[in-house]
Amino acid sequence: MKNENKKTLLQVEKAGLSVNSKILVEGVSFEVREGEIVTLIGPNGSGKSTTAKIALGIHKNIMGNVKKFTNKVGYVPQKISIDWTLPIRVIDFMFLTKDLNNEQISDALNLTGVEHLKQKSLSNLSGGEFQRVLIARAIAKKPELLVLDEPVQGVDFKGEVAIYELIKKISEDLSCGILLISHDLHMVMSATDHVICLNGHVCCSGKPHIVAQDEKYKELFGDRASKVLTLYEHKHDHTHSQDGTINRKQ
Amino acid sequence: MFDDFFIRALFAGIGIALITGPFGCFIIWRRFSFFAGTLAHSALLGVTMAVFFDINIAFAVFLISAALAIILLKLQKKTKLPNDALLGLLAHASLGVGFVILGFLTSIRFDVMGLLFGDILAVNEIDLMFIWIGGALILFVLKLIWKPLFASTVNYDLAEAEGMKPDKINAIFTILMAAIIAISIKIVGLLLITGMLIIPAAMARNISNNPQQMVVLSIVGGLLSVMIGLFSSLEFNTPSGPSIITAALILFCFSLIKFKKYSELKK
Repeated sequence: MKNENKKTLLQVEKAGLSVNSKILVEGVSFEVREGEIVTLIGPNGSGKSTTAKIALGIHKNIMGNVKKFTNKVGYVPQKISIDWTLPIRVIDFMFLTKDLNNEQISDALNLTGVEHLKQKSLSNLSGGEFQRVLIARAIAKKPELLVLDEPVQGVDFKGEVAIYELIKKISEDLSCGILLISHDLHMVMSATDHVICLNGHVCCSGKPHIVAQDEKYKELFGDRASKVLTLYEHKHDHTHSQDGTINRKQ
Repeated sequence: MFDDFFIRALFAGIGIALITGPFGCFIIWRRFSFFAGTLAHSALLGVTMAVFFDINIAFAVFLISAALAIILLKLQKKTKLPNDALLGLLAHASLGVGFVILGFLTSIRFDVMGLLFGDILAVNEIDLMFIWIGGALILFVLKLIWKPLFASTVNYDLAEAEGMKPDKINAIFTILMAAIIAISIKIVGLLLITGMLIIPAAMARNISNNPQQMVVLSIVGGLLSVMIGLFSSLEFNTPSGPSIITAALILFCFSLIKFKKYSELKK
């Protein structure tokens, strides 16, 4: 895929974050260009969500640099809890950060298959329904940069496939750049342009079929996960201890 | 038909209810009830300062409340104490310091009860002007920041990610809170302003299913409380501020009944 003449939307340079002098993630660099899907994968606690939040400017006092070249951002956070004290319907939630007309709201909800929930209270939705509403909200105003943190959690298998197809379609139709955090390796391998494998730092990155054969990737996800695509090998100069600290090989 | 002082009290109360209605909703949504109480407690210190330096009470209260809010933000960053502990600390510390300073001012006679419960029947034209002009300004600013404020109330990360600048908005909200305490302290008093902020909004939550509706019902509840409270205080010769809060409480109890029926219907 040729990306040279596509506009860069997000540029992350050697970014990292430490809280109470414990480094959560460091030295992460990548770019998201329009029409491109960049995926972050990695085990629990490897700093995927943190990296996404750094990229979005939610974390302050970060190491490194983040440059955003667009203000049209859609974000699907990993977790969002709506307190009972706040009465809010799906339709109110859709308006949250953008001005939309009724048609735009219906279109977005239709795309994720939850148009019928428009007048329902957010707190009465199931996990999967809520997730679809979150995605609909993020795409309703046609963002240029879309950041999706585990967008299909709690969604049933059929819905999962549909949502991933939708994400692919969005990136093509709107030609927006997508930063995706996902556990679904199959999806990552089939639709992503660039994979970044995180474990407190960037373990390996590149085209999906290259990453899939990386030793580091195999170590993190197990050998079976790498049988997705063809052979590729290169040597690593470090291993990880249990807590993810890097041990350099002598 | 009614005396002038009663009409003025009614207008003052209506003004306060119009402001506390929407703000009460945000206080409940953001779990800020204790914060409002802390600001109100600090008002005593503000009033003593005003007496001591001979400056406008509302102005002094505003300064002290705003200062307290800033101290709170600093403390949150400095220590790991939970929010409620910090708020309790500030509330009672400022109340204590306020009374100590008051102790030094032996030459000045000071109506502490009036400060705690306010005296809505003693409102004069200047107070009324303060409430209505100040209140209009406060509501105007609230209207301007409504969307980002609501977005950051729902979810900070989302608001920050999509350019709603929640930190700035939260600071503005805090200053508005201090301003509300300042303009209403003389009328409803520091113990009752918290009640006016929380009770009508709590009532509204029981009977609404979307944010706009809750704000409208909260305002209506506040207005009803003021009118019922004032008329009954005239009728039964009860203290007016506490009567308003009692009326609000009764409305809240009614909303509970309605709420029960509403949730049964849903089943």
